[in-house]
This record gives sequence, C-alpha cells and structure tokens, in this order.
Amino acid sequence: MATTKRKRATTRADNQASSDDLLKYYREMLLIRRFEEKAGQLYGMGLIGGFCHLYIGQEAVVVGMQSAITGDDGVITSYRDHGHMLACGMDAGGVMAELTGREGGYSRGKGGSMHMFSKEKNFYGGHGIVGGQVPLGTGIAFNYKYRGENRVCLTYLGDGAVNQGQVYEAFNMAALWQLPVIYCIENNQYAMGTSTQRHSSSPDLYQRGVAYGIPGEQVDGMDVLAVKEAGERAVAHCREGKGPYILELKTYRYRGHSMSDPAKYRTKDELDKMRKEHDPIDMVKKLLIDGNIIDEAGLKDIDKEVKAEVAKAAEFAQNSPEPDVSELFTDILIDA
Amino acid sequence: MPIEVLMPALSPTMTEGTLAKWNVKEGDTIASGDVIAEIETDKATMEVEAVDEGTVGKIVIAEGTENVAVNAVIAYILEEGEDASALDNVSASPAAAAPAAEEAPAAPAAESAPAASMASAAPVAASGAIERSDAEPRAMSVMNATQDEKTYTKFKTQTVREALRDAMAEEMRGDENVFVMGEEVAQYQGAYKVTQGLLDEFGDKRVVDTPITEIGFTGMATGAAFMGLKPIVEFMTFNFAMQAIDHIINSAAKTLYMSGGQLGCPIVFRGPNGAAARVGAQHSQCYASWYAHCPGLKVIAPWSAADAKGLLKAAIRDPNPIVFLENEIMYGQSFEVPDDEDFVLPIGQAKIEREGTDVTIVAFSIMVGKALKAAEKLAEQGISAEVINLRTIRPLDVNTIIRSVMKTNRLVTCEEGWHFAGIGAEIASVVMEHAFDYLDAPVARVTGEDVPMPYAANLEVLALPQEQHIVDAAKAVCYR
Repeated sequence: MATTKRKRATTRADNQASSDDLLKYYREMLLIRRFEEKAGQLYGMGLIGGFCHLYIGQEAVVVGMQSAITGDDGVITSYRDHGHMLACGMDAGGVMAELTGREGGYSRGKGGSMHMFSKEKNFYGGHGIVGGQVPLGTGIAFNYKYRGENRVCLTYLGDGAVNQGQVYEAFNMAALWQLPVIYCIENNQYAMGTSTQRHSSSPDLYQRGVAYGIPGEQVDGMDVLAVKEAGERAVAHCREGKGPYILELKTYRYRGHSMSDPAKYRTKDELDKMRKEHDPIDMVKKLLIDGNIIDEAGLKDIDKEVKAEVAKAAEFAQNSPEPDVSELFTDILIDA
Repeated sequence: MPIEVLMPALSPTMTEGTLAKWNVKEGDTIASGDVIAEIETDKATMEVEAVDEGTVGKIVIAEGTENVAVNAVIAYILEEGEDASALDNVSASPAAAAPAAEEAPAAPAAESAPAASMASAAPVAASGAIERSDAEPRAMSVMNATQDEKTYTKFKTQTVREALRDAMAEEMRGDENVFVMGEEVAQYQGAYKVTQGLLDEFGDKRVVDTPITEIGFTGMATGAAFMGLKPIVEFMTFNFAMQAIDHIINSAAKTLYMSGGQLGCPIVFRGPNGAAARVGAQHSQCYASWYAHCPGLKVIAPWSAADAKGLLKAAIRDPNPIVFLENEIMYGQSFEVPDDEDFVLPIGQAKIEREGTDVTIVAFSIMVGKALKAAEKLAEQGISAEVINLRTIRPLDVNTIIRSVMKTNRLVTCEEGWHFAGIGAEIASVVMEHAFDYLDAPVARVTGEDVPMPYAANLEVLALPQEQHIVDAAKAVCYR
C-alpha cells in the first residue's frame, strides 16, 4: 500500500552524521557552488556557449542523495546537471572542459552542458528534453532487475517535468514491475519562470505516485542531513525489492533558469530569505562550528582547497584544445 | 595581483551592455555570491555576482555607463592581504579602457576550427559512398562477403511473419541480453502474431507485455540498451511510434555522439509500417523518410521472408539503434528462406531482384513486389527493367543504384510514402550527384498521393501507388 508522508520532523540527533561526514558534505557542496560560480563567470566571458543551467542553492539535494547510495548505483538527470556530476565523483576539469566545448570534456566537447555522461561513474546524463530522462532512468532500473543486480537508479526530475505524460508512463511501469528506481523530484519551485502554484494542480508533488501505489515523501531539500536520511529510506525500500520510491526535495535555485534569465518572476526578498535563512552550506557550516568539529581557520583551509580545485578545472577547461575537426564525424554509429 | 571583474555576457550573442548600478563601493568587503552590480541590455537586466572574495579595490566603470564591452574590466578586487597599492600598476593598464568601440572579442569557440571544418566536411557529407569525380563506382569488396540466399542450398517456404519470429527466437537463444517488449507481444502472441510462441519458449522475463504507453516503454527500453541489454521493441504499428519518436531520435540515435562514444544503444524498433487496408489516415503512413533523415539510426525495410529473417538477425546483432520497418500486408506472404541458423544478411546492401537493361526500378518493402509485377508487364512490351530491392534505407546502397543507372540510363523510384522529401527525392538527388551524365531522362518518382489516407475503398486504391503507375513511369522515362 502506498504511503505518502509529509516532511518528517528531523532532529539533528536523529541523523547521527559523523564529523567526517559533515566535513565531506561541506566540502562537496562548496565545490559545486564554487564550480557553478566559476561556470557563470566563464559564461559571462563568452567561454561557455548556449544554455547553462546553474545548480547554486540546490547543492544539498545531490550531496545528500549521493551519500545514501554506493558508487555502483546509477544516476540520471535532466539538464541542470553539473552538481550531479560532481557529486558522482566526476572530475571538475572534465566537466568544465565540456562546458567550454573542449577535447578534455567528458563528451570530448560534443555534448555540452546539458549532455554529459560518465559510464565509469555510472552517471547516465545529462538529458535536454524535460522528462525524457524519467523513462530512461526507469530503463536503467529495468536493466538492474533483468540482470539480478541489487542496484538502484536515482532518476532526478524537476518540478516542471512532473507534468510531462511520459513521467507517469514510467511511474506505472516501475510500480507494475517493481523496478529499483528512486524518482527524486527537485522542487525548486519554478519551472523556468512558472511557479509550482501556477503549473501544478496540487502543490504536493510527492503524491504524484499515489495512483500507482508508489510511496512518496516530502523532504527539506536545503538540509543535507534530511535528504540523506530520506534517501536511505528510499534506497532500503528499493534494495528490498519493493519497487520505486518518490522523494520530493523542496529546494531553491538562487540563479535564473539559465544564464540569460533575469528571474523577474520572483521577488528579491524571497531569494534573500532563502539565502540568509536556508542556505544548505551555511547550515552545515553552523553544525561544524557549533559542534566544535572545525574552527573558522579550518573552514578557510577547505575553502582554499576547493577554490584551487575549481581554478585548476577552469584553467584546464580554457587550455584544453577544441576537439579535432575529425571529431565531427566520429561516434555517430558503432562499427558493426 | 588584484582580481579583475569583467563585464559579463548575458547570452552568447551579447557584445555590450549598460552597467546600470553598482551595489558596492570601493572599500567594501565582499564574498562569493554577493550581488555587486546590475547590468542591462535591450532584452534583460541581470545581477552580477562576485566569484571571488576580498575588498572592492577600484571601480573602473562608473554606474550608468552605456555600451560597456563584454569582457572589459569593470572593477578590481583586492585579495586578502593586498592593499590599494596593488592597484598602482593595473589601473593604468589599457584593458581598463571602458566602452570598446569595436566588437567585443568573440569567444574562441566561435572562430576558426568549426567553421573551417564545416567547409571541408560538406563535400564528404554530401558525397555519400562515392566521390562525385569517380566515373566508376567504387569496387565493392564487401559484396564478396555477402551471404545472399543464393549461396545456400537448403530452403524452406516461410511467411514473412514466421521468418521474423524465427529471427527473434534464434537471436534470443544465442544471447541472454536480447528481449522483446511491446503491446500484446507475450500472452496475446502478438497483435499480428509475429511473436507467436516466444513467451512459451523464453518466459515473461524476456517477452514483456507492456501497457499501452509508447513513449514510456520506448524510453525505458532505450535506457536498458544504454546499459548493454539488447531490446527488440515492437510497435503494434509504426503510427503509434510517433508518440515515442522523441526517444528514438533524441535518446537512442544521439546519445552515442553526445557522450563522446561512451554510451551505445543496441536496440531494434520494429513493427508494421505503411498502409494496411482500410484503416484510414492515422493508421496508414510510411515513416521511411522520417527516420532515414536522422544520423545515428539505421533504417531497414525488408520485402521478402528471406529479407525479413536475414536482416532482422543482423539488426539484433548490430550495436546501433535500428528502425526496422515491416509491412502488415506482407506478413502472410510466403517466400523461400535459407534453412540455416547462420543465415544473416548485411545491412546497407541492396539486392537486384531482377536484372534488366532498359530502366532501373528502385523499390523497398511492399513496393518491391509491385515493381517486379510491373517489370513483367514491361517485358511483355519489350522493355527490360532492372528491379532493385533496397532492403536498407539508411545507409543507402548508393553503389548498387548508381551502377544500375549507369547501365540502364533511366530510373524510376517507388514508395508508398508521400513524394515531398521522400526516399525517391533522396535517390533522385544521389543519382543526379553521381551519375548525372548517365541519365537519358529525368528520374520519375512513383509515390503515394499527397493526401491523408482516405477510408473509402475506391479512394484508398487511388491514393496508393499501383503496379500500373510503375509501368507508366517506366515507359515515360523510356520515352515510350
């Protein structure tokens, strides 16, 4: 029977996050933020073209979910994907070089910001059509079940994608065949410029699986510990062979939908309030300081390391050559 | 060294903008993410966030300045430990000179290589299999490797339906990763009974009945194929695959390229294509030219049972996404098929079904039968027609077509689909490019009429290309 839950009251004591875990989350979230800020800067300099969708503000979602799975599990998402790739352990330089369209990028410059993959890290894209990744991720889970492997596929989608018909086609089959897939709905409250209130008949997206008997819960997606804890429940459900699970991760993107979006559809106060009161990185920072796990100087060292890693990635992305012209005609078909 | 803050671009096409407002002043301490300024173009206003932390050392461009070039230095930030004296050298730098009169520096990606490659690539892309300058088609070494039916000695009579079923069953026996998925493929034994018996032999893990949910199961099967499984997706008819065409093109066909070769997609999309009988406009359409348009796909359209068996086996073994266009009317027709489990036909090779000297008739799928009948009628009238069964639409066997046209000097193309941007249009172009001087008459195209398929029996006959149209076209190009 499907159960849907409102956000559980999550207390810090419940979470049992170790000092090492907290430091790890801090570092990983910071890496994503600094990486995205740098990507925004390179875009502004004309070094990154096309569409570039930044993940700033949503870092706790991918870092929390990633900490609930193992490296053998699969991850797939749509086009706001840089954070997912870094959370999967993909190299920042390789990701940034894909953004700049260079040979050193994960797709050798042929995919770009929205289409990037790493078979090695079980990251299956990076898909540009809203909702398209949902059946694909369900198919990855179908593959795990077909082969009898106890792996799960995290299939991320945004609050905009939940209104695509194919999402429900996938939900139905995943429930029907009990596939090990976790649908992580990143509800950042705006489908491009249209707020959830204006695009969704019910604001409770975690209930979108009720008709298919898929359990769902709403989670504070700005709280990495709450995300991790919910993620672990969902993963356990899948690994026990009980089929799909839905997590609605309430989050917020600080930047516009893409680089050219001035985000006039929301107020400055709304954004400032999220930044000041719910910032996922500040939250962990406070836990670290209040818990005497690390002092300001120690945090500064981490900041410097992260900054150096991002600077190195940006340098690599600018110095890596453009793909050889012969690449235009490679990877279209595999030689039979 | 102080950190330069550059005028950012809001989009790849922006070259300059207005620095509308500074939110900070010299001496302010800033952190990453702080909004330091606002810029405007004719389209939008955008906030500029600090990427680095430090102290605002110098504001170079005053607020309100218009036409500030992208990438011009608008301010300097002093890093921890730096003081204003660090600015002494930089502020004199010419880079600080604000509004650029000329166009902003273009992104490196916009210049040189891609443009150059486009120019050099064009002839390659356009030439297909043969360079235009080649008077003689390239020697076809592959041809020697062809396992055509002729090289087999033992045959059995089979319907197209049985041949397709046997092809799937044989490949499923040989490879655990091959499975069939679609509507009514298992318990119902196939809406057109093509998958008859497969459930009994392979069980419901490998013969999967789906809900009626084309985009869903097509996307799912594509995701499974990314992981190395080899799905055979049956569409009850290809008309319903229009619901799923996004995954066929955007996911299955393009991901190998977009992933820089990391993720292949060994999948077969199969089912009846084209007109059946009296099922009206939404169930009667040929999709050959739709799919053949797209790089990353192979498109096959068998005619005989031997085609069906040999090509479907090849398609299942192929590591690429394949659109396999069958024809409902052909399912019940019988042909001789080599009685050998190793019988496989090469993808990308046409077959000359009937040799002739006066005119070449190119056809695929059900039109091959009509072309052969037309050739008989033409023979009675003293015209020797050569009939080519394309078998594969993409990659097109340009060599076989060109070689034939060089012999006959006349060409008729046949297809059920509409003429506009159809397969006949492509073949006519290819022949014009490679054998222009060999043509003694303009290429004639026999196609479906340019109308949605009518239901009324008399109108349906009129909408579809018939044997007599081929006869008439062949005579016309022979000026008879």
